[in-house]
Amino acid sequence: MRIDCKHVWEHISAYIENDVDSVLRAEIDRHLETCEICSAVLDSTRNVVILVADDRVFELPAGFSERLHSRIDRELEESGGEKPPA
Amino acid sequence: MECIRRVLAGERHLFHELIRPCERSIYFLLFSLLKNETEAEDVAQETVIKVYQNLDKFRGESQFRTWVLSIARNEGLARMRKIGNRREDSLDARTDEQTGDYTPAILTSWREIPADALEQKELGAILRAAIEGLPEIYRNVVLLRDIEEMDIRETAAALGISEASVKVRLHRARALLQRVLAPQLKGFAPAKRRWFGGRA
Repeated sequence: MRIDCKHVWEHISAYIENDVDSVLRAEIDRHLETCEICSAVLDSTRNVVILVADDRVFELPAGFSERLHSRIDRELEESGGEKPPA
Repeated sequence: MECIRRVLAGERHLFHELIRPCERSIYFLLFSLLKNETEAEDVAQETVIKVYQNLDKFRGESQFRTWVLSIARNEGLARMRKIGNRREDSLDARTDEQTGDYTPAILTSWREIPADALEQKELGAILRAAIEGLPEIYRNVVLLRDIEEMDIRETAAALGISEASVKVRLHRARALLQRVLAPQLKGFAPAKRRWFGGRA
């Protein structure tokens, strides 16, 4: 079976996740060897996945953690000294 | 579970340590739903208080973070209903059945990772804008799977959808991101080309 470009695109995400069976993976690999377009689509999709995972892209707002834990402290105080939640 | 047991047994200050590994995911899940920093932070605080008040109900059937995120999601959805900004791209799973045009950006010249360029604020802004521009059901999945790096199972449990839906949404989200980002990111290629070759 020869697969076409559209078929490869449909499986790009699963391919990146290593979530395609060995037969399909071999077909995609064979297609990629000769198709520069699909090869670039795969690489650019994988690059996007790598870039968005970078911690510098999404940062918590300044002071978020401090404010959250202050709120927890208030709750711990208000819920009394002796009894745990429940 | 040990830490939870100790909190319930009275060492309440340990709750801080229990919630710390989850706080980033809580915030970004809520930001994904609410698209507003102030609202997301407010609901994040309500979420952790709810987690504390219901800690005795956690049975350990799922990971603690998954349980916490399902509470965050419910709190976020309740806030959305309250402020009436439930957008048209709802969480309705039927959307998964819809077909769309997921043709990728066809290009052959951007194959390297412009990792150094991440130092540039402009690139971060481009990436954030692209993710924030995704329909909500795709944005949630990208935030949990690709940004918070949860596995498919945990992402599905946190969002209350099937693993198959996570995979479909992830695929579409990545295709949409590739189409939007690839042409823009070409401009960030470093002077010295660093190829990201080697397929898995």
